[in-house]
Amino acid sequence: MARRVGVEVSIAIAEAVKLAKAEVIPAYPITPQTHIVEHLSEIVANGELDAEFIPVESEHAAMSACCGSSAAGARTFTSSSSQGLSLMSEVLYIPPAMRLPIVNVVANRAMSAPISIWNDHQDIMVQRDTGWIQTFAENGQEAVDLTLHAFRVAEDRRVSLPIIVNIDGFTLSHVIEPIELPDQEAVDAYIPPFKPRYKLDPRKPISMGPVGIPEVYTEAKVAQDNIIKNSKKVIVKAWKEFAEQFGREYNPVETYRTDDAEIMLVTMGSISETAMTAVDKMRDAGQKVGLVRIRLWRPFPGPEFRKAAGKAKVLAVIDRTLPPGALCGPVGAELRSLFYKIPGSPKIFSFVAGLGGRDVTVARFEEIVEKAKKYAKKRPKELYEVIGVREK
Amino acid sequence: MKEVRLHGRGGQGGVTSAELVAIAAIDEGKYAQAFPSFGPERRGAPVAAFIRVSDEKIRTREKVYTPDIVLVLDPALPSLVDVAAGLRDDGIVILNTHLTEAEVRKEFGLKCKLAMVDATKIAIEVLGLPITNTTMLGALLKATGIVSQSHLEEALDRRFGRIAEKNKKALQRAFDETVVAA
Repeated sequence: MARRVGVEVSIAIAEAVKLAKAEVIPAYPITPQTHIVEHLSEIVANGELDAEFIPVESEHAAMSACCGSSAAGARTFTSSSSQGLSLMSEVLYIPPAMRLPIVNVVANRAMSAPISIWNDHQDIMVQRDTGWIQTFAENGQEAVDLTLHAFRVAEDRRVSLPIIVNIDGFTLSHVIEPIELPDQEAVDAYIPPFKPRYKLDPRKPISMGPVGIPEVYTEAKVAQDNIIKNSKKVIVKAWKEFAEQFGREYNPVETYRTDDAEIMLVTMGSISETAMTAVDKMRDAGQKVGLVRIRLWRPFPGPEFRKAAGKAKVLAVIDRTLPPGALCGPVGAELRSLFYKIPGSPKIFSFVAGLGGRDVTVARFEEIVEKAKKYAKKRPKELYEVIGVREK
Repeated sequence: MKEVRLHGRGGQGGVTSAELVAIAAIDEGKYAQAFPSFGPERRGAPVAAFIRVSDEKIRTREKVYTPDIVLVLDPALPSLVDVAAGLRDDGIVILNTHLTEAEVRKEFGLKCKLAMVDATKIAIEVLGLPITNTTMLGALLKATGIVSQSHLEEALDRRFGRIAEKNKKALQRAFDETVVAA
């Protein structure tokens, strides 16, 4: 029987990795990911999980060791955050191109300077184009479920790609909340043993990741792009089977009270729950407001998003990163591309909120909706606006 | 939904208290959240932690700005921190203090509903340490009944193992000695 327990989300993620029977865990601790890898090292040390926990000397080494172990055919997990994820960056491009199904839980955090250990999405947006499949969790249960789903999808031979599961640092990683931990049998049924098509084996030597001369490099990259785009079918099917096995449904894009909604907020990650409360409050006041949440960020689910939000008059898109000098945040830019020159498509206004741990409250969502209403009547000068900037 | 803000000092176990209450509520079948005021841990510095307990799924990740209940672990904190900040009209502040109600109201200017217990004295006598996190849970139970004592004690057993008994004793004594003043 699945157990409903009150547990810190980080601990629950570590338990999910144990249930998924990861075999190699190279990891380097960094706030706010620390509790995940601490608990995993305990689980391995206690003999509860037959795995190799490698306490590496840096995140660069962590991802390098992940590549090696995954290439050798071991189920591989790591976790990181912020500066640590950036130190991994050089190596992060390797596993998608080499089709290594590593699972990486990223506890999202701001980037220095100024030094900040608090939550936003700058760290992952820096790594947006590394080629990893990327999902965002809204709550602790989802963090657990997406971690299990990640192993299942990554190792599917039609996919064979690494996956980053994004969980908001602190606002998810350090919260105690009710989480249902599935039982081992159900997880075993959901995640079959890892059987890679190719692996490094001295008895049957192969080369992985050799040089790509100009005559083949473009084709290799196009192949990689096709693979991640095609992975969406497997991602969605694995969520359907997850629902059958565990009773919880997930989709690439989710809606909340969007029927007849004229204005829709667009969110990713744990601010979505607060946004739902804000939508309830605004609905009670008679406003036609809804919410669209992006769960699958890469590959971007374009048709699903158009279906979910295409009938809105206005989209108020919230980014958790402020790329200096850009036209707007990455989620805003993605959606502007998606709806570009499509007749009757919603007006899109881009907002930046919740940088470096600034709380994104119900009142902030109300403020964003008010601004979006105003801008729908009179176009703003800039393509984005940062919310909640203190004047003094 | 009941929202609690807990004031303590780094190292006093305030976050553990918040966790135990949330775990007890979840064990009861309710929904709950507990989380620290995120940041580097600083021993001795004033810190806050937050709890939400609800019969329905909790759909917010905001900090607690308008608490129903404020629990203060350290007797000196009310003179350093505005412990009643944002308190709801019918809210209660639960203090660790050796002062009388009249003295507390005069000293700290608190006009709200109060509950008081000398938790430091109890903790020193029962635990041998001036660590009041589990002791003050007794005052929380007496003043609010936010969770059941049995579920809270089970959570204490799991967390503290062989030293759970002493903590439960301190909790019980605080429960018995807490004075609630409207």
